[in-house]
Amino acid sequence: MSLKKVHDDQPKEFKFSTENIKKVEEILKRYPNKNKKSAVMPLLYLAQKQNENWIPLAAIKYIANYLAMPYISVYEIATFYSMYNLTPVGKNFIQVCTTTPCLIRGADKIVKLCKEKISPNENEVSKKSNSSWTEVECLGACVSAPMIQINDDYYEDLDEKSTSEILESLINNKPLKPGSYRGRKNTAPEKIASINGGKHA
Amino acid sequence: MLKKEDKIFKNLYNELGWDLENSLKRDDWKNTKDLISKGREWIINEVKTSELRGRGGAGFSTGLKWSFAPKEVGSRPHYLVINADESEPGTCKDRDILRFEPQKLIEGCLIAGYTVNAHVCYIYIRGEYFNEGKRLQEAIDQAYKKKYLGKNACGSGWDFDIHIHYGAGAYICGEETALLESIEGNKGQPRLKPPFPALVGLYGCPTIVNNVETVAVVPTILRRGGKWFSSIGKPKNTGTKIFCISGNVNSPCNVEEEMGIPLKDLIEKYAGGVVGGWDNLQAVIPGGSSMPLLPKKICDTITMDFDSLIENKSGLGTAGIVVINKDQDIVKCMARIARFYKHESCGQCTPCREGSGWMWRILDRVVKRKATYNDVELLADVTKQIEGHTICAFGEGSAWPVQGLLRHFRKEVESRCRDKPLVKKKLNNPYLVDQHLLENKNA
Repeated sequence: MSLKKVHDDQPKEFKFSTENIKKVEEILKRYPNKNKKSAVMPLLYLAQKQNENWIPLAAIKYIANYLAMPYISVYEIATFYSMYNLTPVGKNFIQVCTTTPCLIRGADKIVKLCKEKISPNENEVSKKSNSSWTEVECLGACVSAPMIQINDDYYEDLDEKSTSEILESLINNKPLKPGSYRGRKNTAPEKIASINGGKHA
Repeated sequence: MLKKEDKIFKNLYNELGWDLENSLKRDDWKNTKDLISKGREWIINEVKTSELRGRGGAGFSTGLKWSFAPKEVGSRPHYLVINADESEPGTCKDRDILRFEPQKLIEGCLIAGYTVNAHVCYIYIRGEYFNEGKRLQEAIDQAYKKKYLGKNACGSGWDFDIHIHYGAGAYICGEETALLESIEGNKGQPRLKPPFPALVGLYGCPTIVNNVETVAVVPTILRRGGKWFSSIGKPKNTGTKIFCISGNVNSPCNVEEEMGIPLKDLIEKYAGGVVGGWDNLQAVIPGGSSMPLLPKKICDTITMDFDSLIENKSGLGTAGIVVINKDQDIVKCMARIARFYKHESCGQCTPCREGSGWMWRILDRVVKRKATYNDVELLADVTKQIEGHTICAFGEGSAWPVQGLLRHFRKEVESRCRDKPLVKKKLNNPYLVDQHLLENKNA
């Protein structure tokens, strides 16, 4: 369980856009009629997407009404799962994996770069690049360590040089492409002659 | 060594294309209708003959699990749930199946769904795998278009639908009952077992929960025969397995190999060897972070299968191999894993919720050379208090790595400890306040 803080400055109202209402109806079809409660997680995602990647309390209330659930149950779910942001994050939301497989390949250097280039503190939106960063637990791309996730995309096989290029590209508003930054095909073994152990961050 | 023609996941690195057209060239959906028409008994028997064991960590016999589903559908429908909530540090095999071999998974779902009498299947993907989920949805749409799914799926006479449900960053949802809770729209907190999900699962209905890799190998097993699968590997540890080799190796990679392959072969042949040579090896975590680590002496000879790893007081788990060489601080590595478990504990059982924090804080003190010898005793005691006293296996998963550290590296740990505590005055902290919060605002 992680610590979560609800944002001080809350919007008064929240409503799904007409486009999202259609999506909600699609989502509800996936679950049995008696169990509409199951849709609470996808709906929270929709709300998060609609509201610039964070969920205001008004949205929690709205979803609770929509699914006929007690407000506190929806609140409980929004706080239990770490991917629901209850405070605003940057337009570029950078998540740095720092669990052991990434750590032993130099994730701490990437954290240091984020502190230098984005903002000195975690979860702090920098005005310059409209970005924020946070340390997260294992993102499930361990053979491509160290890696970061920017919004939905994985940037893999990083070292200090490529990381600072990626972060610069966010500041200049021309994001680089996701994928491996050592030029390899997905998770295939590399030709051993071409690499040496010192090449990771 | 696994022969090339015996590889099940031929497109693990996306060299051949992931879409339906290319999958058909790799024999996916070749004679699914015939396989299904042979009936449930035949399918379960064939899977039992193959001795396939679940690939999600526990290693339970898949054929046996399927036979637990009620034979006749009563008043409640049956469900099939696929566990794609891959969050174990060191593991990233399911991601490649979702991205590059989605049709194998979808075909496996249809066969498994038919076998356990389920018309609906939910695939629970971790929220971070947004793009992988999108890819899988595309693959599902392609299968619907070809009438491989939906009403009378693949001409088998069985109606079958697949839905994707995203998780949202909770490791514990990889535990099967927590996963079911999460689909039902609750917090992901595990349920007491029994009743097992095979009888009372999703929405209180009979539910079979399988890992992605387990289900994805089933079509190939049925096509080539259970005997073929059981001829690979060792007795009772049969078949092929995707190993994820990460950490201090020259070329970290995913690779499909036979069960029971020596660990040294895997690291030297595929991962380009340990950084700094084999002699620079310090320890290996053989099966994802929740399995105890093995020191170099054992790594020299160990083979990678369920039973020989259990003999060495570890486990195959998800086969996520994390290699740690002598340049790393082993206590720091394990302290980071302890922090992971402290962060991910769901908070339902007291021993785990509190104990995982204790373990992290003590290990953190050891790293900073602030711990005493008594702390090490306390640490060993805490791991014993957690193990076996929780609802789910998360307790063991968090305690075992620490026990492994103490078993093999106790000297290393104690060499950083001191006789007397650094702070002699007792802190006047209120009872029941999580101590680390007082120390560190961002913990």
